[in-house]
Amino acid sequence: MGAGHAHRLYRHGHSPVHGLPPHTKIAATFAFVIVVVSTPREAMWAFGLYALLLAAVAYAARVPAGFLLKRLLIEVPFVAFAVLMPFVAEGERVEVLGMSLSVGGLWGAWNVLAKGTLGVAASVLLASTTELRELLLGLQRLRLPPLLVQIASFMIRYGDVITDEMRRMRIARESRGFEAKGIRHWGVLAKSAGALFIRSYERGERVHLAMVSRGYAGSMPVIDEVTASRAQWSYALALPAAALVVCLLGWSL
Amino acid sequence: MEPVTASLEVSGLAFAYPDGHQALFGVDFSIARGERVALLGPNGAGKTTLVLHLNGILTGGTGTVTVAGLPVGKQHMAEIRRRVGIVFQDPDDQLFMPTVREDVAFGPAAAGLKGAELEERVDRALALVGMREFKDRPPHHLSFGQRRRVAVATVLAMEPEILVLDEPSSNLDPASRRELADILRSLDVTVLMVTHDLPYALELCPRSLVLSEGVIAADGRTADLLGDEELMRAHRLELPFGFDPRSVRMGA
Repeated sequence: MGAGHAHRLYRHGHSPVHGLPPHTKIAATFAFVIVVVSTPREAMWAFGLYALLLAAVAYAARVPAGFLLKRLLIEVPFVAFAVLMPFVAEGERVEVLGMSLSVGGLWGAWNVLAKGTLGVAASVLLASTTELRELLLGLQRLRLPPLLVQIASFMIRYGDVITDEMRRMRIARESRGFEAKGIRHWGVLAKSAGALFIRSYERGERVHLAMVSRGYAGSMPVIDEVTASRAQWSYALALPAAALVVCLLGWSL
Repeated sequence: MEPVTASLEVSGLAFAYPDGHQALFGVDFSIARGERVALLGPNGAGKTTLVLHLNGILTGGTGTVTVAGLPVGKQHMAEIRRRVGIVFQDPDDQLFMPTVREDVAFGPAAAGLKGAELEERVDRALALVGMREFKDRPPHHLSFGQRRRVAVATVLAMEPEILVLDEPSSNLDPASRRELADILRSLDVTVLMVTHDLPYALELCPRSLVLSEGVIAADGRTADLLGDEELMRAHRLELPFGFDPRSVRMGA
């Protein structure tokens, strides 16, 4: 697979988790999140077990805890929302450290926090063990609509090209003495954004021309056939399967 | 005498854009297999319009284009696009896949090649332009000259009958320019090179066509055309300062 395009989220390695075919990992992560979300929030121990399962995966993938925790920070805005819930929710109230909190709100906050954190942790693990390029191949294999996969892959290819164009436009602006200092300059920035859009649009047309010239007729040719053996599937699905057992226990106990 | 099947045969080609702007007024020429021909012309002469006719992206005017005996038209479009390899001016437009390997594989894969055969085709095309070790790199991590070479490989991978290059030397530094010239000379394929880089045309193409105001204004040996000051002036083709085509001694 491509060695060059390492994304910040990706952590290079040769663990058994890195080696799994991408579509099995995507399917496993998705199934795991579904199972976690459908667990009753009252079964608090179940969420502890899920966290242990993820820790086991992280250990197998040789992703250090620090790396994982740092990436989890993306969740912060949602946490802020969850923290508000006990204060604003209606219903029965309890006193905690002299504050009056809603019981329903507390459960709600716990629910968002626990399920959100587990979901984000699972996605971070997926992203740190699977290259962007492979993720796309996996999605393609899982029969995501080809148009969506193509859009995502062009985003990866042209992200840098367009950022570079943006940078050149900024340098050109600044070379002529422009500095964005306040609201009065937003007009200029908006016009630059518009110009960038038109340039990108025109580039899109030229790229399409180049694609058609090489035989493109509406669908991307399959270049890399990703396949997974039965063993690889069962290895990847061990995570959601174990989670499912926990979930069922959570409902029955 | 003309060979029986020319690589490219254009006759009576005229075309007007939907807005009424007429770009081509009856273009006729023919390129024999294995020839390297330069298509010279000032900006706005209709060069790009002509190129887009060669693989049927633009159609609907009058006249015909024939590639190795096969007329360009709706019924053989896939085959025509395989036979005519166009290298566009900006390699960032041409290289649209996430890695060099996938980009070079795009054309052959679209034509139905897969597996080991596809891999071998990619390796061969990249070896021809000396970019084999960059196979797994993303295109935007390459230098401009390298990207242009990969762009040539993406087209060579389709094993075209004729290679059409749009301004191949633009934006290249002298070393990249020379490297590309060496590569183009080493290829065993018919080449049509669209350019206004006259020294480059002289270096690479024994024969030249001058396209001006939508017609072929001259067709002959590159050295003769560049030496004809009146012709050059009449079609806004200017040699770089201090360059005298008569003083250039061509190597073997």
